[in-house]
Amino acid sequence: MGVKLLLENAHIEGIRYYETYRKHGGYRAVEKALKMAPNDVVEEVKKSGLRGRGGAGFPTGMKWSFLAKPEGVPRYLVCNADESEPGTFKDRYLMEFLPHLLIEGLIVSSYALGSNSTYIYIRGEYAWIPDILEQAIAEAKQNGWLGKNIQGSGFDLEIYVQRGAGAYICGEETALIESLEGKRGNPRIKPPFPAIKGLWDCPTVVNNVETLSAVVPIMNIGGEEYAKIGVGRSTGTKLISACGNINKPGVYEIDMTISVEEFIYSDEYCGGIKGGKRLKACIPGGSSVPILPANLLLKTAKGETRYMNYESLSDGGFATGSMMGSGGFIVLDEDQCVVKHTMTLAHFYNHESCGQCSPCREGTGWMYKILKNIEYGKGKMSDIDLLWDIQRKIEGNTICPLGDAAAWPVAAAIRHFRDEFEWHITHPEEAVKRNFGLAHYADPLKVPEAV
Amino acid sequence: MVKFSDDKLAKVQEIIRRYPEGKQKSALIPVLHLAQESFGGWLDVPVMDYVAELLNITPIEVYEVATFYTMFNLRPVGKHVLEVCVTGPCMINGSDDIIAYIREKLGIGPGETTADGMFTLKPAECLGACGYAPMMQLGKHYREHLTREKVDQIIEECRKQA
Repeated sequence: MGVKLLLENAHIEGIRYYETYRKHGGYRAVEKALKMAPNDVVEEVKKSGLRGRGGAGFPTGMKWSFLAKPEGVPRYLVCNADESEPGTFKDRYLMEFLPHLLIEGLIVSSYALGSNSTYIYIRGEYAWIPDILEQAIAEAKQNGWLGKNIQGSGFDLEIYVQRGAGAYICGEETALIESLEGKRGNPRIKPPFPAIKGLWDCPTVVNNVETLSAVVPIMNIGGEEYAKIGVGRSTGTKLISACGNINKPGVYEIDMTISVEEFIYSDEYCGGIKGGKRLKACIPGGSSVPILPANLLLKTAKGETRYMNYESLSDGGFATGSMMGSGGFIVLDEDQCVVKHTMTLAHFYNHESCGQCSPCREGTGWMYKILKNIEYGKGKMSDIDLLWDIQRKIEGNTICPLGDAAAWPVAAAIRHFRDEFEWHITHPEEAVKRNFGLAHYADPLKVPEAV
Repeated sequence: MVKFSDDKLAKVQEIIRRYPEGKQKSALIPVLHLAQESFGGWLDVPVMDYVAELLNITPIEVYEVATFYTMFNLRPVGKHVLEVCVTGPCMINGSDDIIAYIREKLGIGPGETTADGMFTLKPAECLGACGYAPMMQLGKHYREHLTREKVDQIIEECRKQA
């Protein structure tokens, strides 16, 4: 069993409620933090090496230290609970089962940053979760952890829950801020970054649910101890939401030292591929990150074991690696069609593009149409290069990273599964009836010769 | 005349108090949710104009937002909206079959409503339940690990509520 910091108490009955949560050590992190200077709390988070758990992996302590603190101007902390990246459902788990962990993390973080009004922006579809969070907030308030002069510290804090209304783009922090201001979720041009000019033009930090929850164990065990867990710059623990063709889909906490192979096949985690089938491919960090064929997933191009951490998953760059992303781990078995799967993702990004930038607004639609043609036996050989060309012209040419997120899955599918695309085009009648299959995607890789 | 009940109006005031003075526009999305629940499951123009008036913003500011977010319905929908996720992880676990089955059982395609106004089929993009696929949203809650039998039960359940 690996180290558990976030889900350690998740199995305890009644942990959703204050009394039980408190009995099991809850709100100790707040007690500890309120005795420290806010900047020392920031330092502790810096020492922990915690990286943003929403997908980008940016060091949290550093993000906090960028927050501008002009005199007389309010500062805000906003919790990004707009979890919408396909394959990702970990924040939902935290909020549904451990709401007080998030509230506790928000109190500590708000104190560190000097936010007196903190907002949780949650995706609109998680319609039952605001009730759970609001109950936890009310319980915390009744017990003196929120409101005026918390525990005699002089620090005031209110936490509010705000529902979105169905827009993936609102997970992008500036789009989220726009949405919280009651507008369309159009990402803003950066700079200025939210740390300088965010919510209502005030300095703002936006952090993911898991990131803010992780602040609790960091306070409890100390930043240095937290940094000892894991490996290299992948410190602490990470929640992975595993789905697709596996025996045990669900949310797992890992300490980032286990191999991808262990994660997929061990009974402690995914429990292997459903129905005893063979592994074909996997998207290890949410739909935006590159898909990898089985052989490149389990081992790097150099033939080394691949591990479930930021560095190892990205080993080889986009040519032969992928990314940790949000931890949305999507497994495809030998019977799945990469073309069709990529088509659904292209449809997703086309649907979710806010429409501000033409490369994304138009390009995502073109990619979907071309992929649909290929999938349904109407593709031409030149379509593959056309797709490649479109994705390349979207990437890096948009205000926000949704363009990149739409381009990468298509690029990686062509890069690693080009023969499957070609087969669809050369066998249009067969392609509508059956899938290409496993092909050579699980064959052992030839170790490249030393350069 | 479109008008919230007194307790809903009190709720609107409570929402507005969450933001600094003069930032009441931030209440727009929560109030539109409230309006959609209160006025028949969709946002007709008079409803949006009423919300604009309540929040002291222009109607266009409301239309801009209502047309952007997929949860706001701009046309009438059935009493029960079956929102079936069709994105990657649900697709590889058989969401196509769930859509096909609903189509066959209720005689409606994506975006359509049954003649009796009971059901609307609305394909949805990833709803964050990938580990419990295939799934649908029904009102406030998720229905997960769907099978044909579960779809039968859900439809039966909805009909009983009528």
